[in-house]
Amino acid sequence: MKFGILVNEGPYQHQSSDSAYQFTKAALEKGHEIFRVFFYHDGVNNASRLMVPPQDDRNIVNRWTELGKKYNLDLVVCIAAAQRRGMLDENEAKRQGKDANNIAEGFHISGLGQLIEAGIKSERLVVFGD
Amino acid sequence: MLHTINKSPFETNSLETCLRFARAGHSVLLFEDGIYGAFKGTRFESLITDSLKSKNIYVLVPDVEARGMRTDNVIDGIKTVDYAGFVDLTVDNKTVQAWL
Amino acid sequence: MEDEVIKKFLYVNRKAPYGTIYALESLEVVLIGAAFDQDVTLAFIDDGVYQLKKDQKTSVDSGAGMKNFSKTYLALGDYDVNKIYVDKASLDERGLTADDLMELVYEDEDDDYKEKSSISIVNQDELAELMEQQDVVLSF
Repeated sequence: MKFGILVNEGPYQHQSSDSAYQFTKAALEKGHEIFRVFFYHDGVNNASRLMVPPQDDRNIVNRWTELGKKYNLDLVVCIAAAQRRGMLDENEAKRQGKDANNIAEGFHISGLGQLIEAGIKSERLVVFGD
Repeated sequence: MLHTINKSPFETNSLETCLRFARAGHSVLLFEDGIYGAFKGTRFESLITDSLKSKNIYVLVPDVEARGMRTDNVIDGIKTVDYAGFVDLTVDNKTVQAWL
Repeated sequence: MEDEVIKKFLYVNRKAPYGTIYALESLEVVLIGAAFDQDVTLAFIDDGVYQLKKDQKTSVDSGAGMKNFSKTYLALGDYDVNKIYVDKASLDERGLTADDLMELVYEDEDDDYKEKSSISIVNQDELAELMEQQDVVLSF
């Protein structure tokens, strides 16, 4: 079955990203397809490659990147939500005249239409938020 | 329909509102802090017991164990699932509604 | 859009405006979603009913200093988003009535082109029935 996943909260502050990760991983291991994981609201912060969690804790961004690499996942960060929170990829940073960018490998920034499309193309849309 | 609850009933009214709208035959999954609604001896026990007459209620075991709660203290009739079971629930139900 | 599938999308709003960004960003999804020609319904339950409260006064330069996005709800009719359901029990327990809400209207192009109210105040059975009919439920 084809799933869309929506992650509405940022890393560490809420469990949403962890739950979404565990759910996505379990679905993939059962042979299901993940059409897209869409990061919205503070969920966009899951894509920061600059997070430095303590050694003895999980690394939320790396975990998503690795799962993405293993299963070729479409990890999409909402551009509107990302920009207002200071999450920029290289192109956007250049375009907005900012001196840094912070989007991790495996994620890409795109519009809200990608969420609607995930709702249309997936057989199930599962929302993780707070 | 599968309803998901991730908040403690002592913190928000998500569980109560969800059960107000959930229909007979629907399934409800308690996970994250939502698991606190699943135990015997709380003031939500009668609400849960009553709902179990017409609905299926599930609780996510990894979230129960993470919080030091005991699955053997879960209200009779609530079924336990792991993440794979959570996935199965979303497959078995046509829509999933998260009560955030 | 190229996709011919028309799905029933329900947006469930249960959070008050301004205290958190959910209401504003949820509305942004609704507006973008309107371009996809899907069958869209909005539900306002619990504190979500406060999103529709009329007379919201704030601007970037005055009052709370936050963007007043309440006018966007008034434009929903122009985007063919005209099925807006408000939970009566949620209004009642907050001491609110229909008169406290913004007047959201749309032009009925399928019938007499008259301006009609987009808001229906419904009881929990009607809302539960509506939820049952959906293909995709987005909650924020």
